[in-house]
Amino acid sequence: MQDTESIHKPFMLVRKKRFNLKQGFFLSLIRMLGFAGAITLFVILFFVAYNGIHVLSWEFITQPPVDAMTKGGIFPVIIGTVALTVFCMIIIIPIGVTTAIFLSEYAKPGLILNMVMMSIYTLAGVPSVVFGLFGLAVFVVAFNFGMSLLAGSLTLAIMVLPYIISTSEEAIKAVPNSFKEASFACGATKWQTIRKVVLPTAMPGILTGSILGTAKVSGETAPIMFTAAAFFTPGVPQSLFEPVMALPYHIYVLATAGTHIEETRPIQYGTALTLIVLVLGMNLLGIILRSRQRKKKAW
Amino acid sequence: MVNDKSIFTINDFSIYYGNFKAVNNIKLPIEANKITAIIGPSGCGKTTLLRSLNRMNDLITTSRVEGQVLFQGVDIYHKDTDVIELRRRVGMVFQKPNPFPSSVYENVAYGPKLKGIKKKSQLDEIVENALVRADLWKEVRDKLNESGLSLSGGQMQRLCIARSLAQEPEVILFDEPTSALDPISTANIENLLQQLQKTVTIIIVTHNMQQAARISEYTAFMYLGEMIEFGETDTIFVNPHNKLTEEYITGRFG
Ligand SMILES: Nc1ncnc2c1ncn2[C@@H]1O[C@H](COP(=O)(O)OP(=O)(O)OP(=O)(O)O)[C@@H](O)[C@H]1O
Ligand SMILES: [Mg+2]
Repeated sequence: MQDTESIHKPFMLVRKKRFNLKQGFFLSLIRMLGFAGAITLFVILFFVAYNGIHVLSWEFITQPPVDAMTKGGIFPVIIGTVALTVFCMIIIIPIGVTTAIFLSEYAKPGLILNMVMMSIYTLAGVPSVVFGLFGLAVFVVAFNFGMSLLAGSLTLAIMVLPYIISTSEEAIKAVPNSFKEASFACGATKWQTIRKVVLPTAMPGILTGSILGTAKVSGETAPIMFTAAAFFTPGVPQSLFEPVMALPYHIYVLATAGTHIEETRPIQYGTALTLIVLVLGMNLLGIILRSRQRKKKAW
Repeated sequence: MVNDKSIFTINDFSIYYGNFKAVNNIKLPIEANKITAIIGPSGCGKTTLLRSLNRMNDLITTSRVEGQVLFQGVDIYHKDTDVIELRRRVGMVFQKPNPFPSSVYENVAYGPKLKGIKKKSQLDEIVENALVRADLWKEVRDKLNESGLSLSGGQMQRLCIARSLAQEPEVILFDEPTSALDPISTANIENLLQQLQKTVTIIIVTHNMQQAARISEYTAFMYLGEMIEFGETDTIFVNPHNKLTEEYITGRFG
């Protein structure tokens, strides 16, 4: 240890001497831009928290809305968003895993594979309202699921698809070739190798991808607006085929429709704050999981 | 030199990657229950030849072979060959220790479980046996449930040997198994290989000439895809017939 330090020290000195004005200028510019980004995030968070924190209470998150949603809590709204998120993940994990296995282990590289990958990645750039309309046409109308938890979760899942496929593929490609070779050398078939070595090794990455991907879409209004979201439901959904209230849509409804827009301002901020906490919580969970995996990786 | 003691007989055997001929028309007998070393400069085709003996080369889609490899008299490249069974009977240990990221126990039980052995007591016995044979049991008997990746480099390599031994193979192929290890771990592995040859035929690729001289009975010298010289190790090292062999083992190129 000491040896390396004494070796590196002279280099540090040299580098300090080389420090010049131009480099210094751009370095501070980059620092300032980064700082501005952090400030913006902080201001938004502070603004919502400042306006919403005083309505947050145990009652607010455990009671249903009352008096035409001008009073009471947002319990069914939270449950709706949580349900949409959970079912989205339940749908997305197996789809992501299967597609990624197929793409990275079975599909032969070539024109068709490139086209499929291109289309998947292009999906990532499609505006969310288009997914909403697609969900309306396919799940709500064609499959006859109606405006429902199921149709909404499926629509959200389709939005996550490009993200989950690329992260799963990455996770599967990151499995060292030496593991696969060891497995084949033990007399494993290709499928056994995938199931017992490749998937378990890639699984944490795939799960993290699903959490982060779902976190990305769980705050979206447009995809659930025509497929799942109800203006008001008296309680929590009893089946997959019922519409649900959801946090982003609830904010939209309170802030744009009805005659109590000003009166419900605090509830709007409280709902927004809850949504932010949920989404940030999911992101945080995903990020912690990911960094723990990176640390654990010994290969 | 082909005789009835040969477990492998390699006949006019060539290996291609696409149009590139990496191994050219090789003849080589491998005697059972002996250590055979394959030496030669980098890129001469040692790994390619070794990996063709349990058909690990099949994993490289561009690779293709010509000629014949007989394993106990059976052509392993015949279309009816059961590759899975071949790989169970001809195990492989790699240059870089590559235990799975699971427990020591699971690593060794991997092959037997694939074969369908489920009974805990039977698996326990196989695992213990293999670890004992790999000279690792004493060191890991109390950490069977710890990750295989938590072991030292030399221990990991012996774990990989145990993983292979758990299949009761007749042959184990070693591709520079000690090149990533320190001298003491290397010595341990060399001793282990000499123990193992009583029950397992060993073919080892090595860049370490002393290693080949120390542990092997037979040595094959390859150069640019050709088998230049093959014979008893003592002859090859003391009295090589071919000039190239002599130049290589005296360190004049490589
Ligand atoms: N997957 C591959 N595709 C194409 N060519 C390959 C491939 N693997 C090896 N080769 C080529 O085949 C030749 C023999 O390679 P091989 O790895 O068998 O050599 P080696 O004797 O094991 O060398 P080293 O001592 O460096 O391990 C080399 O010219 C190499 O470039
Ligand atoms: Mg090699």
